[in-house]
Parts: sequence; C-alpha cells; structure tokens
Amino acid sequence: MSSTKDHSGVTTVATYPIAIEINGKPQQLDVHPWTTLLDLLREQIGLTGTKKGCDHGQCGACTVLLNGKRINSCLTIAVMHDGASLTTVEGLASGDDLHPMQAAFVKHDAFQCGYCTPGQLCSAVGMTAEGRAETSDELREHMSGNLCRCGAYPNILSAIEEAMPATREQLERDKGVSR
Amino acid sequence: MNPFTYARPTGIDEAVSLFTPDSRYIAGGTNLLDLMKENVTHPEQLIDITRLPLKDIEETTDGGLRIGALVSNSDLAWDARIEQHYPLLSKAILAGASPQLRNMATTGGNLLQRTRCYYFYDADTPCNKREPGSGCPARDGLNRIHAILGHSEQCIAVHPSDMCVGLAALDATVIVKGRDGERRIAFADFHRLPGNEPERDNTLADGELVTAVELPAENFSTHCAYLKIRDRQSYAFALVSVAAALQLDGGVIRNVRVALGGVAHKPWRNPEAEALLVGRPADKAAFGELADALLAGAIGFNDNQFKIELARRAIVRALSDAVEGAV
Ligand SMILES: Cc1cc2nc3c(=O)[nH]c(=O)nc-3n(C[C@H](O)[C@H](O)[C@H](O)COP(=O)(O)OP(=O)(O)OC[C@H]3O[C@@H](n4cnc5c(N)ncnc54)[C@H](O)[C@@H]3O)c2cc1C
Ligand code: FES
Ligand code: FES
Repeated sequence: MSSTKDHSGVTTVATYPIAIEINGKPQQLDVHPWTTLLDLLREQIGLTGTKKGCDHGQCGACTVLLNGKRINSCLTIAVMHDGASLTTVEGLASGDDLHPMQAAFVKHDAFQCGYCTPGQLCSAVGMTAEGRAETSDELREHMSGNLCRCGAYPNILSAIEEAMPATREQLERDKGVSR
Repeated sequence: MNPFTYARPTGIDEAVSLFTPDSRYIAGGTNLLDLMKENVTHPEQLIDITRLPLKDIEETTDGGLRIGALVSNSDLAWDARIEQHYPLLSKAILAGASPQLRNMATTGGNLLQRTRCYYFYDADTPCNKREPGSGCPARDGLNRIHAILGHSEQCIAVHPSDMCVGLAALDATVIVKGRDGERRIAFADFHRLPGNEPERDNTLADGELVTAVELPAENFSTHCAYLKIRDRQSYAFALVSVAAALQLDGGVIRNVRVALGGVAHKPWRNPEAEALLVGRPADKAAFGELADALLAGAIGFNDNQFKIELARRAIVRALSDAVEGAV
C-alpha cells in the first residue's frame, strides 16, 4: 500500500500495487481499493471495449474472462486480482484475424447497437470453455446472464452455435501453448 | 462506493483477528459491492478472504462432504460428487443468478447475501433492516416479492438464496470460526426470522467467519426436485421455490423433506409435518396435506397474496416430480 498525507497531516490511503496480465501483456498497476475491475479497464488503462451497462451485475455487458472464466467485471474490485490473467474483448482476435466467435457474430449479424456485444462474445467463449451447454435451450439458459436491449437474441444464438466447435479447438490450442 | 482500506490475510486466524465492527469480509463481492455502490453498506475496511485455504470439497468421516466457504457456486454445482450424490444442491445453485455471477459467488457469501427488498436497497427510504427503528414501507408499499410466512411487524423481507433452500432440505451444518474458536450451527438455526431485530439476518456473531458447510451422508439422490417459480425463466430471483426430497419404499414414503424459498426471512421447513407423512403413500393427497401444514398461518400483503396458492401448488408439483427421480 502506498499512502499520502493531506495538508492537515492525515494519512489517507492512496493505492495498492498489483501485477496483472491483460490480454497477454503483464502490467504493474497502482489501484485504489474501490476501483472495480471494469473501471480499471475503462478509466485507468483505456480499454473501453468492455462496456458498463448497469454496474450491478444485472446485464452482462461487462463480462470478461478472469483466468479463463467469465465474470462480471463491475462486481469485483481490481485490487483483489493481483497475479491474475485477464482477457477482454480486445484480446480475443489475433492481430487482424478475428476470433471465430467474432467472425460468426459478424456473419450472423448478431448485433444491432452493439453495446452488449463485447460481453456476449466473452461470455460465449467462457461458456464454450465450461463445456456444459449443447442444445439450443441449454445455450439460451447458459447465456441468460447477457441481456441485449435490442433483442438480437436469435442471431446471437445462431452465431454462437456456429462458432462453438472452432472456439473449442482454439481453446485447446491455447491450452497447448500455455502448458 | 465510499473509500475504505484493504487487507489480504492468508490465514484464517489472521483474517478473524483483523476484523473490526466497521470491517466486512469480501469473497466473491457480488452482493457486498452491489450494496456498497447503493450506499446501503459502507465499511471502513474490506478483508479479502479469497486467499484463505477454504477452496476444497472433502469427504467427511461419516460419509458426507465438507465444502470450503470459498468454493465458488459454479465449482460446487458442477463438482462430480455433488452432481451425482447431491443433485438437489446442484440444481438449486444452477437455478440462481447467472453463470458469470456463479463463477464469482462463493458458498459462504451465498449464505450471507442480503434481501432484495426494494426498500432495503434504496438508502433514501426508511427500512428497519437497514436502519433499525425507521419503519417498514414494504408493508403498505410494493410487496410482490415479500414474505408470506414468519414475517414481523418490523420486517417482511425474504432471504433470496436458492442454494440455501437446497441446503435447508439436506440438513446441512454451517461451520464458523470466531475469536473464541469454532462453532457448528445446524442449518435451521443459521438464518433467523426478523422478529424485533430485522437487522440481523442470521445467528453469526460479529466477525465470525464461515469456514465450511457440511453435508450429511443422507443425500436424497434418487428422489428430489428443485422447482423455482419466477417472473422470467432465467436470471431472476424466486417468487417461490421448493426443494423437495423423498425416500420411497415402493410407493410408500420413508422420509420426506420440503424447504421453501422466496416466502420467508429464512428457508422455510416444518419437520413435524414432514414426519406425519412417513408410512403414507406418496400421492397428491399426502403432498397436499404437507403443503397445507407448511403454509398454515401464511399471511400475504397487497401484492403477494398470490404466493400462498402458488406455493401450495409448487410444493405438490415438486414432490410429484421428485417421485419420478432427480428432477
Ligand atoms: C443480478 C443478480 C442476480 C442474482 N440472482 C440470484 C438468484 O437468482 N438466486 C440466488 O440465490 N442468488 C442470486 N444472486 C445473489 C448471489 O448468489 C450472491 O450475490 C452471491 O452468492 C454472494 O456470494 P459472494 O461470494 O459474492 O458474497 P460477497 O458479496 O463477497 O459477500 C456477501 C456477504 O457475505 C459476507 N461473507 C462472504 N463470505 C463470508 C465468509 N466466509 N464468512 C463470513 N462472512 C462472509 C460478506 O462480508 C458480505 O456481507 C444474484 C446476484 C445478482 C447481482
Ligand atoms: S455492467 Fe456489469 S453486469 Fe451490467
Ligand atoms: S445489440 Fe444492442 S444491446 Fe445487444
């Protein structure tokens, strides 16, 4: 923890150091304990792909992959994730090659305004890694944590259904690389 | 959120010793941070317990399972032993929140999540639970999601957890550690009714840390059902939920458990009424009697009268489903 003294001499807590890998890039950051992971990404690092919809865990727009698992970045504080590895929507593609899930969203026109899309993409990749959803009904249930105010659900579902096999292969490959 | 300091202990005793009355433990953060953003809770220190060694699920000597307080809701629901032997618990957990939230939410945090009463959440209105003595606007206000059983003049809020309804039916035990050592609390005694102290959701002492939840060997894996009725089919809290568990001998009831969610300040059971069904055929007549006994004395308010009949039907349906297998 690093602290500063204000002019009346009172010590106020400033920031805590954390080491966190974001989209493959290790970062050393100083964070206020009340900074959410979402605000860290958007305000402190300038990665604005991850969206703030409700800020209360109710919409899924802020979904990111924390150590490979999908979570709502609005309901966790960054200081707790010292040592973690994070993937945001900016980290899905490799250079100019879209991630299969992204390519399928484009192909199926799986968005209207696009605000929910980064969360939908990260959530769909996280769901594929979980390996628990197969049928369309299961996919709908397992994607229920991501709301779409434009109601693009049918196309989102088609895109996910198409991209899951390629996403699975990519996850396997990535696992091979990191081991 | 208000400014606060942050501590990251690595040992259980260290965590407990760091606790002060203005501190809160933080695990998944999915309820606490929400309440801090709403200005309902404003701790001066957060004690991050996620590095404590409480992440395992282990077999107990008497054939049950001991679930560490930091096991995530997803890991618990999808643990092979839970899915196979305690399907009721797995189903109850998966009926709650969203996959993202369940990845963060922990066993201990789920037990201690607070009510979703609109007035409790709105720091600009009175609420006896948030601010003792200020009044309960829910009684004469919007109370569609509120209690029909066990409420008091001071508070008609419900406990919102699904997981806890499953744990209540399974007769789990909560293990806690405080400055004075360890205690074991029967699940039925963990949460409490509001009475004259609606600010107290449970019987934990200040600073006590939940370390584990134990499941007994008896698991009702062959006949059980978790039925959750809500305004939308997923990602919504229960209006009424039912954890039903049966042991059958042919078509005869050898043991039955029913716990209700969404209807009271704690998961609602009636063991005496359950005992009366032993030896009876497992049919709708018997299930209806148990439903009537569970709902005896139910009193609804303006918007939630419907819950009484809804609960009655849900109980009969869940028990009928349980006869068919693990549903
Ligand atoms: C949009 C939304 C929808 C939801 N829907 C549902 C639903 O349908 N069904 C359902 O059951 N739940 C639902 N939830 C609630 C969710 O299950 C809880 O938020 C979660 O289980 C809390 O766990 P946590 O680890 O995140 O707790 P935290 O937020 O970390 O903590 C909650 C409380 O418990 C205390 N605490 C945590 N761990 C311990 C411990 N080991 N010992 C002592 N004190 C401790 C904290 O101090 C805090 O007061 C929903 C939540 C959201 C945001
Ligand atoms: S912004 Fe996090 S869930 Fe809506
Ligand atoms: S595309 Fe507009 S919110 Fe989903």
